[in-house]
Amino acid sequence: MSEIVKFTIDGKEYEGVKGQLLVEVAAEKGIYIPVLCHWKGVKPAGSCRICSVKVNGRFMAGCTTPLEADMKIENDTPEILDIRKAIVEMLFVEGNHFCPSCEKSGNCDLQALGYRYQMMVPRFPYEFERRDIDASSPKLIIEKNRCIFCKRCVRMIKDEQGKSYFAFKGRGKHLQISLDKKLAVTMSEENAHKAMDACPVGCILRKEVGFAVPIGKRKYDHVSIGTDIEKLNK
Amino acid sequence: MSKPIVATASLAGCFGCHMSLLDIDERILKLIELVEFNKSPIDDIKTFTKQCDIGIIEGGCCNSENIEVLKLFRKNCKILISLGECAIMGGLPAMRNGIPVKECLDEAYLNGPTVGENKEHIMPNDDELPMILDKVYPLHEIVKIDYYLPGCAPRADLIWAAVAALVTGDTLNIPYELVKFD
Amino acid sequence: MREKVISIVQSYGKNSGRLMDILLSVQSEFGCVSEEAVSLIASELGISEVDVNQTKTFYHFFTTNRVGKYAIYMNNSVVSEMMGMAEVVDELEKQTGVKFGQTTPDGLVSLHFTACIGMSDQEPAALINSVVFTQLNRDKVRKLISDMREGKPVESMFSEYGDGVNANPLVKSMVKNNIRKAGPVTLGEYAVGTSLGKALGMDPNAVIDEVKNSGLRGRGGAGFPTGLKWMFCSKEAGEKYVMCNADEGEPGTFKDRVLLTERANMLFEGMTIAGWAIGAKEGVLYLRFEYKYLKAYLESVLADMRTKNLLGNNILGKGFNYDIRIQFGAGAYVCGEESALIESSEGKRGEPRNRPPFPVQKGYNAKPTVINNVETFCSVVKIVEQGSAWYKAMGTEESAGTKLLSISGDCEKPGVYEIAWGMTLNEMLAMVGATDVQAVQVAGPSGSCIPPSQFGRKIAIEDLATGGSMIVIGKKRDLLKDVVMNFMRFFEDESCGSCVTCRSFNMILTKQIEKVVAGTAIRTDIDNMKAWSQIIRKTSRCGLGQTSSNPITTTIENFRELYEARTKDVAYQSDFDMNKAVADSCKVVGRVPNVHHE
Repeated sequence: MSEIVKFTIDGKEYEGVKGQLLVEVAAEKGIYIPVLCHWKGVKPAGSCRICSVKVNGRFMAGCTTPLEADMKIENDTPEILDIRKAIVEMLFVEGNHFCPSCEKSGNCDLQALGYRYQMMVPRFPYEFERRDIDASSPKLIIEKNRCIFCKRCVRMIKDEQGKSYFAFKGRGKHLQISLDKKLAVTMSEENAHKAMDACPVGCILRKEVGFAVPIGKRKYDHVSIGTDIEKLNK
Repeated sequence: MSKPIVATASLAGCFGCHMSLLDIDERILKLIELVEFNKSPIDDIKTFTKQCDIGIIEGGCCNSENIEVLKLFRKNCKILISLGECAIMGGLPAMRNGIPVKECLDEAYLNGPTVGENKEHIMPNDDELPMILDKVYPLHEIVKIDYYLPGCAPRADLIWAAVAALVTGDTLNIPYELVKFD
Repeated sequence: MREKVISIVQSYGKNSGRLMDILLSVQSEFGCVSEEAVSLIASELGISEVDVNQTKTFYHFFTTNRVGKYAIYMNNSVVSEMMGMAEVVDELEKQTGVKFGQTTPDGLVSLHFTACIGMSDQEPAALINSVVFTQLNRDKVRKLISDMREGKPVESMFSEYGDGVNANPLVKSMVKNNIRKAGPVTLGEYAVGTSLGKALGMDPNAVIDEVKNSGLRGRGGAGFPTGLKWMFCSKEAGEKYVMCNADEGEPGTFKDRVLLTERANMLFEGMTIAGWAIGAKEGVLYLRFEYKYLKAYLESVLADMRTKNLLGNNILGKGFNYDIRIQFGAGAYVCGEESALIESSEGKRGEPRNRPPFPVQKGYNAKPTVINNVETFCSVVKIVEQGSAWYKAMGTEESAGTKLLSISGDCEKPGVYEIAWGMTLNEMLAMVGATDVQAVQVAGPSGSCIPPSQFGRKIAIEDLATGGSMIVIGKKRDLLKDVVMNFMRFFEDESCGSCVTCRSFNMILTKQIEKVVAGTAIRTDIDNMKAWSQIIRKTSRCGLGQTSSNPITTTIENFRELYEARTKDVAYQSDFDMNKAVADSCKVVGRVPNVHHE
């Protein structure tokens, strides 16, 4: 039996199912909490921190925190919005995100958050760390310069025996995403596409496709990310 | 009151941002009413002839000349605007960042697929040539930048809105569709 | 090689949950975990190679290339640097002819840096093939390298052993205990098994109550009430585990090393009491790889306890079955975070988990698990033996009992001190013989840098909480360069990287402090650093991340003048250096830079 509990977001009262993840509860109510690593139905990673909200005065990740009775959630406050913008800016300086040359441009969630928060220039200095591009597998290009370490591919893309195609390598500033060379050889078309679609940025790309949709008709050319959720509230 | 004076330059850029400036179409007539141009490729004035109010710079800094021009702009302009991705973050030229300069030069002059004719393995090293920097620098890492207009190229409407707001002193409200990174 | 790797994997039941042990065995056998070995392990375990690699590459004692026959892991923690590491490093490089990060061409010696190895009271120290060498200097380095050239076994490169168990035939280590002040609890009188016998005669809930009433709080640093933790776990159903966090990685702490050396029985007894209290059948001691030199001894203590029926089946005839195994880490500070420690014990990357669920609900192998620090378990033994009232009478209202301090740095008597909570820093400094003190780093890099004006503050959970690391920083030190910069580089290296704020902000903040030290930062950079530190604090996933900006925030707060002295009060300053920027390209084309100066 699911238990219905009361809670508030930015002072407004709501009811929702106890135990549901905050980002999902909020989306149902037409409130957009941005996510980069979250994917509905997949074990939360809590790695991008963009969904940070304040719950009863404490910062929590909206994608890993289950709803409890009487939670007072803050989402749309100057403090939180500035933190989210800072995280977006940080991801832009940490990796090498050359939007003009990226196949995912216009459909990229990270870029879309940059648009939503009107990032004119990151407040942090650019790192410009050299990262590799792995194009050795038959179907995919792994453009590591663009990886934001959301772990969606790590969590979602497995073969029939449950073996991982993707995993992290190294730690800290040396962290990188890697694709299993042996498994990649026999990767199915379906998995290759699933991996590309799951990637919120332009790190995982199916070879020989891209730039199919013209500028002006892409996902985030005219409407901000989160609009689909927010229109429920209108 | 005299009209504000504008100067522009393209450093390590492709002139796309300047093209976008021209894309304001018939508003260019209005622009000329609002401002006077000084050093700029648009009017082909090569050197600063007076102190300017607004400097608009496209492109990042990839060589020693870019640095000098940028510093000259900072000296001669009250307000500096970084125009476009290259000015803001190095842009496509900065894709070489993180790769040693030697590797880049070797690729460009010795090993690349289009250098077959360079049989004597010559690398340009004339004293008159600007020197290549270790990486492509965003403008704000070299001098103080006052405003940033992203895009590759920045939308003409964004440039227009920003320059108009700056000149008229109106508040700048940027619609969603104008802030783009491509 | 093939057969050996396969047999190693088989010896762990082809269980991918034991991947850490498999990798440790392979590394120790071959001096590396080569790509070929990874491939074999993966196919034997039925997992993909990237999955083996993700664990392997997380820990810095696993290497892809073969380390030298003598692999020297030099501690580059702050205290090691303070005590003269630079000279040792210089001599090592001179004598071997290679730089750190390299191996001599003949494969004899490889030089590596490693984070704090728990020897802060006898620095500079290094691990050579897991054997500890303390108080190194140029002379000793020359002797060591010449011994290596002669092919001597590492164990025979020294003949004087430390005090107590350090001299035990199974340890034979030069490490000194440096117990400067023994107290009544963990370093007091101790008779093996008394306490366990008493506990087994009590109802498990009564044991938990006793621990609860004692006011004992976690000794690792976080200070969570131990009894409460046990109670939460005891209420969960099914199979459970007890884990001991002996990953002691906070730079400047080494008191658990002393307990593991001198109080191993006590620790295992405490873990067994915990097992009885919460209803667990298995305990796991997660021991940092740096303390591998204690392995044989600790195994012998466990064996002895089994013989005495203090472990195993039907313990002391009370029908309680319980045993303990040792799980080694492989070099990752973050594994001191309890959920990262669990992940690591399961053979995975030591990435902290999201909470909820908490380990007491879903811990090791997804079963309810109590994790406590070495000192916490040892304290429990005395609490059960002497009663909670006895224990609670010591210390302060909110911090009951005693605390082991690991005191190092600029003082006459570095070592381990068991004090009653509530001692002031002034009292502590007098006790260790420290004068001309600029600051005390309380609780390691993730703690606070305290200035003399606050030396009247108390060492207590309600005031200056600490897991025990106390680094005395003398006036002669360059606080920002020697301490803060070292700490930030440490965090930059040790961040697991899986959460963006900790991974990225520590890189950014490290660059900022380097800028301050280099003299190219400006005043606004100070406020930026402060503001950016808050973002890490607010949004990072685990304690490591949340506290990783503390070296910067606490020094800006307490030593702002040091930052101001090194920054210019201007609106903008570029650290661009034309001569440096064009040096490479001019060199490549063979021209002389002609930089115009204005």
